[in-house]
Amino acid sequence: MEILSRLLDGDRRAVARLMSMAENDSPGAKKALAELYPHTGNAHIIGITGPPGSGKSTLVDKLALFYRTKGKTVGIIAVDPTSPFTGGALLGDRIRMNEVALDKEVFIRSMGTRGHLGGLALKTGDLVKILDAFGKDIILVETVGAGQSEVEVVKTAHTTVIVEVPGMGDDIQAIKAGILEIGDIFVINKSDMEGADETSRELDAMLDMNPENSGWRPPIIQTIANSNIGVDEVVEAMDQHMEHLKSTGNYHKRIKARTRVELMEIIRDNIHSYLIESGQDEKFDSLVDMIVNGELDPYTAAEEFVKPIKE
Amino acid sequence: MEKKIRVLVAKPGLDGHDRGAKIVARALRDAGMEVIYTGLHQVPERIVEAAIQEDVDVIGMSLLSGAHMTLIPDVMELLEENEASDIIVLAGGIIPQEDADRLREMGVDRTFGPGTRTDEIVEYIRSKVLNRN
Ligand SMILES: Nc1nc2c(ncn2[C@@H]2O[C@H](COP(=O)(O)OP(=O)(O)O)[C@@H](O)[C@H]2O)c(=O)[nH]1
Ligand SMILES: [Mg+2]
Repeated sequence: MEILSRLLDGDRRAVARLMSMAENDSPGAKKALAELYPHTGNAHIIGITGPPGSGKSTLVDKLALFYRTKGKTVGIIAVDPTSPFTGGALLGDRIRMNEVALDKEVFIRSMGTRGHLGGLALKTGDLVKILDAFGKDIILVETVGAGQSEVEVVKTAHTTVIVEVPGMGDDIQAIKAGILEIGDIFVINKSDMEGADETSRELDAMLDMNPENSGWRPPIIQTIANSNIGVDEVVEAMDQHMEHLKSTGNYHKRIKARTRVELMEIIRDNIHSYLIESGQDEKFDSLVDMIVNGELDPYTAAEEFVKPIKE
Repeated sequence: MEKKIRVLVAKPGLDGHDRGAKIVARALRDAGMEVIYTGLHQVPERIVEAAIQEDVDVIGMSLLSGAHMTLIPDVMELLEENEASDIIVLAGGIIPQEDADRLREMGVDRTFGPGTRTDEIVEYIRSKVLNRN
C-alpha cells in the first residue's frame, strides 16, 4: 500500500493521515493496519494517567525532552474527552508541550475519545502501532484518569504511570478503586506544594497492603514537572520497569494479555460492522419493537440476531 | 464513524491576548469539531508542524499584533515546502483590506474581521471542508 511505504520511508504526513483513517474507520484503514502490524513491537509503550490538571502534559513534555537527550525518538498520544452531546472536543495538551514542539523526531498527536465506547483502547492502540511502525523508540500515551475506558487504555501499555498531586485527601479512596492495581510507577507531581511527603507516605502504606505477585514494587517519585525536577528519576524507573518485565517473563505475560484484549475488541468491532453493513439495522429495530410489545424476550432476540454469524 | 472536522487554532505573534482565539475554539468545539488549541506565541514552524502531525483540515490563526504580513506568509511558505498546501488557512484579526487581498493571493482562504460572529465561522468551515471532500 502506498501510504504504508510512505510511512516506512519517514513521511510524517502519511503517519498523520493513516491515524485519521484509523480514527474514522475509513475504507482501507484495516488493511493498512494489518500490513503495518509486522513492523510493530519495538517501542516501549508508556501510559500516563491521573486527574485533570495534575501536570500530565507538562510531565510528558519533560519526559520526551529527557529521552531525546538520551538519543531516543519519541511519539506522544494525548487523549482528551469528547463531549457526548456535541461530539466536539477541545484538545489542549499541546499548550504544555513546548520543549519538544519543534523537534521533528517527536511526533505528537491529540485524540478525542469520540464515541468509541469500549473501543477507545482499540483506537488508541491503532495510533500507538502507527508510531511504533514509524520507528519511535518511546511512545507516551496521556489519558485523563476518570472513566473505565481510560483505564483500559493504560492497560495496553508496557508501563503505566499514575500522576497524582499532594493532598489528595478524599481522592485517596478513588485511587484505591482500580488505579492502585494498574500503576507500575506513581508520581506525586507539584511537589512544590504542601503535603507531598504525606501523600507519598499514604500511598506507600496503601501499596504495602496491595498483594505483590509480580515481583515489582511500584516506586513513588516526587516531581516538579514545570521546573524539570525529578523527571530523570521517572525515566530511570520506567527503564527499570522495562528491564524487570524482560528479565522476569512478565513481558511475555503482558503482551499476551494485551493481545487477548485487542483481538477480542477487533472481533467485536468486526461483528458489529458486519451486522450493520449487512443491512441488519432494520432487523435490530424490529426486534426491539417485538421485545417492547411483549412478543419476545431480549435473550432470544439476541440469539436470533447473531444467527447469520453462527452459520 | 463519520469524518470529523479537525481544526488547529493558533495564536501566532507576541501579544498576549488569546480571548478571541479561545472563543472561536469553543464555538468550533460546540459545533462538533475537534479543535487543537496550541496556546500563545506560536512561531510559524510550530504551527505548520502541529497542523501536519494533527492532520487538520483547517488552520485558523488569530492575530492582533499587526505582524500578520510576516507571520502568515511564513506559514503559507512552510505549508508549501511540506506539501501541505491542501490545508485550508483562515486568519482573523484586524487586517486591512489590501493586506487581506495580498494574503488571499498567497493562498489564505479567507480573513475574518474582529466583529465576526462565531456561527459564521463555523458555517464557513463546515461548507468549505464538506465541499472539498
Ligand atoms: N506548581 C506546579 N504546577 C505545575 C507542575 N507541573 C505542572 N504544573 C502546572 O499545572 C497546570 C496543569 O498542567 P497540565 O500539564 O496541563 O496538566 P494535565 O491536565 O494533567 O495534563 C499547568 O498550569 C502547569 O503549568 C508542578 O510540578 N508544580
Ligand atoms: Mg493534559
